[in-house]
Amino acid sequence: MSDYVLDITLEHCPMTFVKTKLQLSRMKAGETLDILLTEGEVLENLPESAAEQGYQVLSVSHVNGNIHKVVIRK
Amino acid sequence: MGFGFKIKYTKYIGFIEKLRNNMPEKKKKLSIIVFSGDFDKLTAVFTLATGAAAVDYEVNLFFTYWGFNAIKRKKGHAFTGKGLLAGIFNFLMGGFNNLPLSRMNFGGISPKLMTGMMKRRNVATLSQLLEAAKELRVNFYACEMSMAILGIKLEELITPVREVIGVAKFLKLSEGGETLFI
Repeated sequence: MSDYVLDITLEHCPMTFVKTKLQLSRMKAGETLDILLTEGEVLENLPESAAEQGYQVLSVSHVNGNIHKVVIRK
Repeated sequence: MGFGFKIKYTKYIGFIEKLRNNMPEKKKKLSIIVFSGDFDKLTAVFTLATGAAAVDYEVNLFFTYWGFNAIKRKKGHAFTGKGLLAGIFNFLMGGFNNLPLSRMNFGGISPKLMTGMMKRRNVATLSQLLEAAKELRVNFYACEMSMAILGIKLEELITPVREVIGVAKFLKLSEGGETLFI
């Protein structure tokens, strides 16, 4: 279980990335975040972009339907 | 001789340290010249600005001409600025609450309808994007020349506008990054 959960399944570009960034900026180094998101643009790009910014992407898993979970450590 | 060598050596070490410190910190950069005061074009500006800031870009917005309608503190039709003509001009231009759509404005009805559609479809509205830009610390700059024409002072602009700058400073800020004109 992660320290924080962020549900961006109802969001669109750019708020998917904006909300993730703002949530991560409020967290301490070492804390983890579960991000719930939908298939498509955000699932394809968010984990890669987080890794590029120096965050650790711990896992990407299917939850149900078109919803997936990405776990990130700051 | 030994002393001279020491000075040179220290300088060299300082240079290497500087390089090492600067390299990983060098951020990607997006600078936008915000010329338009149209609702849809400003939506594009703030979508790009917040999206880029969210993936760790340094973002600089340089507001000029009609772009000022997005950053004036008075959000409606108001007599702002020094002098009668500037006052009338600012009154006619309006502000953030009555930005027109660049096409099919229909007397200002369309931007309101579009905001409604954005809300229903869960897409961020222009004001939500502006708030996000503030939170993400996007840099807002105002064009010195436009302020002189419109007779506007820094106090009459919204708080994220941190500085009034000219072309030379904008070029310096945008150097080494992407620059867009919207």
